[in-house]
Amino acid sequence: MSLIPLAAMIRKDLLLFFSDRRSVIVSFVVPIAIASFFGAVFASGGQNRQPARIAIAIVDQDGSAISKAVLAGAGTDKNLNVATPTEEEARESVRKGKTAVAVIIPKGFGDASGQAFFGNGEKPVLTLLHDPSKTIELAMVRGVMTQHVMEAVSKEMFGGEQGKQVIEKTLPQIQASTSMSADRKRELVEMLGSVQKYYRDRPASGTEGTPERRGITMPYTVNEEAMTAGSNIAYNGYAHSFAGMAIQFLLFAMANMGIDMLLERQRGLWARLRSAPVSKFTLLAGKALSGTIISLSVLLVSFAFAMIVFDVRIQGSAIGFLGISLACALMASTFGLLVAALGNSPATARGVTTLAVLMMVMLGGAWVPTFIFPAWLQQFTMIVPVRWAVDGLDAMTWRGIGFSGALVPMLVLVGFAAVFAAVAASRFRWEEA
Amino acid sequence: MLDIKHLRKSFGPLVAVDDVSFRLGRGQLVGLLGPNGAGKTTTVSMIAGLITPEKGEVLVDGERLRGDTDPKKRRIGLVPQDLALYDELSARANLRFFGALYDLAGAALDKAIASALELVGLADRVNDRVATYSGGMKRRLNLAAGLLHDPDVLLLDEPTVGVDPQSRNAIFENLEVLKGRGKALLYTTHYMEEVERLADRIVVMDHGKVIAEDTLDGLQSRVAGVGGGKATLESVFLTLTGRSLRD
Repeated sequence: MSLIPLAAMIRKDLLLFFSDRRSVIVSFVVPIAIASFFGAVFASGGQNRQPARIAIAIVDQDGSAISKAVLAGAGTDKNLNVATPTEEEARESVRKGKTAVAVIIPKGFGDASGQAFFGNGEKPVLTLLHDPSKTIELAMVRGVMTQHVMEAVSKEMFGGEQGKQVIEKTLPQIQASTSMSADRKRELVEMLGSVQKYYRDRPASGTEGTPERRGITMPYTVNEEAMTAGSNIAYNGYAHSFAGMAIQFLLFAMANMGIDMLLERQRGLWARLRSAPVSKFTLLAGKALSGTIISLSVLLVSFAFAMIVFDVRIQGSAIGFLGISLACALMASTFGLLVAALGNSPATARGVTTLAVLMMVMLGGAWVPTFIFPAWLQQFTMIVPVRWAVDGLDAMTWRGIGFSGALVPMLVLVGFAAVFAAVAASRFRWEEA
Repeated sequence: MLDIKHLRKSFGPLVAVDDVSFRLGRGQLVGLLGPNGAGKTTTVSMIAGLITPEKGEVLVDGERLRGDTDPKKRRIGLVPQDLALYDELSARANLRFFGALYDLAGAALDKAIASALELVGLADRVNDRVATYSGGMKRRLNLAAGLLHDPDVLLLDEPTVGVDPQSRNAIFENLEVLKGRGKALLYTTHYMEEVERLADRIVVMDHGKVIAEDTLDGLQSRVAGVGGGKATLESVFLTLTGRSLRD
């Protein structure tokens, strides 16, 4: 096989691609712009960055020691950004979506929660006004407020002035109770009596040597460790977004190459190619190779930008990264051949392939990581080549996995390329009437 | 030089070409005429290797054409009916690509490009993008692209569609030069006056078959002209193929 026609086909396709300003912008500039945006969104949870705080409002209508302690605790919580508006302002803010959750601490909350803490009396109601589109934030605020309320109430009940008053008020109520069993009454009176004795024996608050009052606290602390192959490797959301967007737009570029082949047929160019003493293999291989070069350059230019501007690094194997990039480019290029083989006309092929590419990139995790998907969908998307490409590039960048992590994605992508090429070759309309 | 023997091709139930045979000699131009759907383009496509015939064979100097990569395909050049050019590229880039398909490279390719463009009068526009060319210039470049590898046989499928009289005349002069160089030309067209001017022999096809093959004089002698004079080729054609519409 002579290499002159093959080289000429590749050169011609590259000339055509790079002489088309629109193609160059769509393939190189647009993915960088979109990936930068998605990267900024998903990078906010990275190891080296402060997580986004949930905007909440706390309306303290009680003004008791307990409610003030709850407010103070929430104010120092790293997950919350606390404002203290009026109830009316809080409702308006939640309604407009500016505040995720507003907590209303009603009048009498301190006393009632203290009595309820010892199992006597009605539990007070803590109202959570929430934005219905922010159910995840609501769940988080519910948990965080539970912690702060428990800490504040228990701390006050075991050493605070309000706690002392509550016990003095509660003891006679228990003794006078007719609904409680004698045993239960005795147990509660003994317990509260002990607490009362503790208050009497305890030096006045503020005296030197007085131990810090402590209520119930979280009985554990958390050590968060990011699991990547290397140590101290930070998650970089840009690594994922640039992989996803580059793959999306190189697939669009290759689908366009397939449509251009259909246009070449319409314009009689394919007849001219077929009249030359060139094999079918050379004609398809020329297209596949030029497509692979274009796809690879889209991917590498995108990642080069991400490395320079967003500090994305290949934490795994550089050879593995190049291998996956090459396999991905080959897969995309043969996808273009498939479009040319199965498409009836440029117009119909354009519509169908746009849908196909969007489905592949959506299911493949190019837009948002697949761990957001339900479990069954995560399994299902294993049949989508984009999933393997994105996961493979993630493995070589921020996950920091070595060459072994690149092997399976590479083999799967090359497998997809082989299937696409085989179907394209068998379904290609070679005869030019 | 080119022998077409008993070619047959059908598309489903439609027999497009049936038992077509004719011969094309060195330095000869054969006009291939026929109404729309007569089978002209299918015949040209089989000769160029774009379609595999069901029956029959194409011989170049007595040797049968076989397969896509048969080196004998180098002896045939195709000028398709469509303007088979890349508008976004320059004339030079187009010709470099088409020449390379025939294994031309380096100085040989440059020489072939210069020669072809000189013939069609586009040497001074070699670096311009084809998109900036007029319709007539594109037709001439289309012709040049078929000549790059210096074929012995040139297949011209309606090469003057949509061009002005000046460009058409220029193409005719190019073809006469090529005839003078001993090239064998097969020329399909719907313009009778072109065949009257250029053709040494005329093949008329209809419904996939050759219904007449002769010189211009021979065909004219088959039909009586108005007032006892010579019949025009158009009246001969209409007599042979009928006046009913085909589209």
